Amino acid sequence: MEAVWQKYRMAIIAVVLLAVAALSSIVIVPETQQAVVVRTGEPVRVINRFRPDVPFGETGAGMVARIPFLEQVQFVDKRVLDLDMERQQVLSNDQQRLQVDAYARFRIIDPVAMVRNAGTEENLRSQLAPILNSVLRQELGRRSFASLLTAERGTAMANIRQTLDQQARQYGAQVIDVRIKRADLPEGTPLQAAYTRMETDREQEAATIRAQGQRDAQIIRATAEANAARTYAEAYGKDPEFYDFFRAMQSYRRTFENGEGSSSIILSPDNDYLRQFRDGNR
Amino acid sequence: MERVGGMIARIGMAMAGKRSPWGKPAAPEGEQAPPPPSGEEAPKGPRNPWLPGGTPPERPRRSASIEDIFRSRGPEGPRRRTGGPGGPPRFRLPQRPGGGSWLPFALAGIVAVGLIVTSVHQVGPKEQGIVTTFGKYSRTLQPGLNFTGPWPFQNVEVTDVTSIRSEKIPSGAGEKLILTGDQNLVDLSYIVRWNIKDLQLYKFQLAEPDETLREVAEAAMRASVAEQGLDSVLSGAGRATIEQRVHTRMQAVLDAYRAGVLVQGVEIDKTDPPERVVEAFKDVSAAQQDADADINRAEAYAQQLLARAQGDASEFNQIYEEYRMAPEVTRRRLYYETMESVLSKTDKTIVEADGVTPYLPLPEVRRRAQQPQLQTQPQAGQ
Repeated sequence: MEAVWQKYRMAIIAVVLLAVAALSSIVIVPETQQAVVVRTGEPVRVINRFRPDVPFGETGAGMVARIPFLEQVQFVDKRVLDLDMERQQVLSNDQQRLQVDAYARFRIIDPVAMVRNAGTEENLRSQLAPILNSVLRQELGRRSFASLLTAERGTAMANIRQTLDQQARQYGAQVIDVRIKRADLPEGTPLQAAYTRMETDREQEAATIRAQGQRDAQIIRATAEANAARTYAEAYGKDPEFYDFFRAMQSYRRTFENGEGSSSIILSPDNDYLRQFRDGNR
Repeated sequence: MERVGGMIARIGMAMAGKRSPWGKPAAPEGEQAPPPPSGEEAPKGPRNPWLPGGTPPERPRRSASIEDIFRSRGPEGPRRRTGGPGGPPRFRLPQRPGGGSWLPFALAGIVAVGLIVTSVHQVGPKEQGIVTTFGKYSRTLQPGLNFTGPWPFQNVEVTDVTSIRSEKIPSGAGEKLILTGDQNLVDLSYIVRWNIKDLQLYKFQLAEPDETLREVAEAAMRASVAEQGLDSVLSGAGRATIEQRVHTRMQAVLDAYRAGVLVQGVEIDKTDPPERVVEAFKDVSAAQQDADADINRAEAYAQQLLARAQGDASEFNQIYEEYRMAPEVTRRRLYYETMESVLSKTDKTIVEADGVTPYLPLPEVRRRAQQPQLQTQPQAGQ
């Protein structure tokens, strides 16, 4: 080993130096990144710039040469990036509050502008976030609470996207989409009020159902009573006088025999029942 | 490394004098070292205490040398006198017949194995692989055995494409309230099933495809729920509509992002009223039950009433038929039978003579009324 080193010392050093030089003059740009070559502080060219409709493999990604030490390479993401907004309260034009969670999706289409005006992606995000916030507030503040919830949100979102896009272009970014991820009632009074409204709504429904049930039951009973009365009338109407007698007999039995408590009957000898009793005595 | 080690050794020896206190011969010719002068007793001071004192060592004390101990322990030994880099003498590679090292061959073998391993790829039936050459996309591997360039030049990323992944939203168990079109709240969770439609797009278009999918699903779900009233969200019919709309919306948005994702389906897992008001909702169904119960009771009463009326009427009709045949006799018979039956079971008092003051023994009557009760009570107790 030592012998090899002694013999080829110069050659080995030369090879290592060459390798270092080669590596530092080559940049590998992956498919997902754009690279801005900065020569002495000045962006000079862009590698693998985003162009729609260029198939992957032909976009310019891969191994790229640069002048070592003189040119620096800054990578800029080529993919669709996300910008998440923190939850915030939006006031609708009818003074209702809504807690809104929105997100935007953007792509850097002009890496040079992005490097010049924003520097890094993080920086770009922190520049765009307040713009998104204020645009969102403005646009949603023009609408009524109910329309925020429903399909009209679509046009509002398109407007927001457009306004944000205009602002983002100066940073070399294109805003693809802005969407409301969540729209909630704020904690506290509005939420409690909504709960109370839902509760009373259901209570009303429950009370209605119960009352309807009682009404139906009453109608059923009344109908039955009417039917029963008709049945009785049809039967007894044939001979009211006999009915009177027959029903009286039934009534006596029920009252004296089956009724509760013992009964004592004091009969006068003139009673019709004792007629024969009396006559026989004579 | 060797040289440095050798130098340290030399320095150490220079400091310790000709005879190293660690029992190392100062030089290869140490065995022929002249006997120390008698005046040089002092340097012998730190002599090895495990040796019999007094007698100076004639030859290297191999068994007692700390260096030997270290050496036998392996590469941490203080001195590497011979052997290739990275190996102490004990672990030297076997020598080639010519006396040269096997090392270059071993290295070449490792590199060759590495090249083979990184250039043969088995892609499973559900998978596809993306080949990049120095970061540049070159092709997509289909299932089967594939060959590519070796590692530093071509890189392969194999991803499961066709198996359907499902994403549960919300992922936690907590309550997730969504506003409905009539400004009510509903606790809703759902599952999105999806797979990769286009691996290139999936890999290269979106920075966070999975996160994007979740957010798109959330936005689509909220927009769709906001188009429906609470009752239709809670009922089955509204659910189907929502699922369909979320599916369509998600696919449209993801296609607009060129995400390379195919949404297979959206299933609503549960739709509940918020926990705070769930009692009120339960009360509605309870009210329905109550109403049904009321109606049932009324029906029962009606049936009883009608049946009794029919029974009574029928009874009357039948007797009346008989009565018409022989009115007087039937009438008297009924009268006597009734009276007989009634009077046989009651106390009877017949007041006949005009002179007798009718005296009603009311306490007596009451006592007699109580007696049977007193008698029956102990029986009931048994």
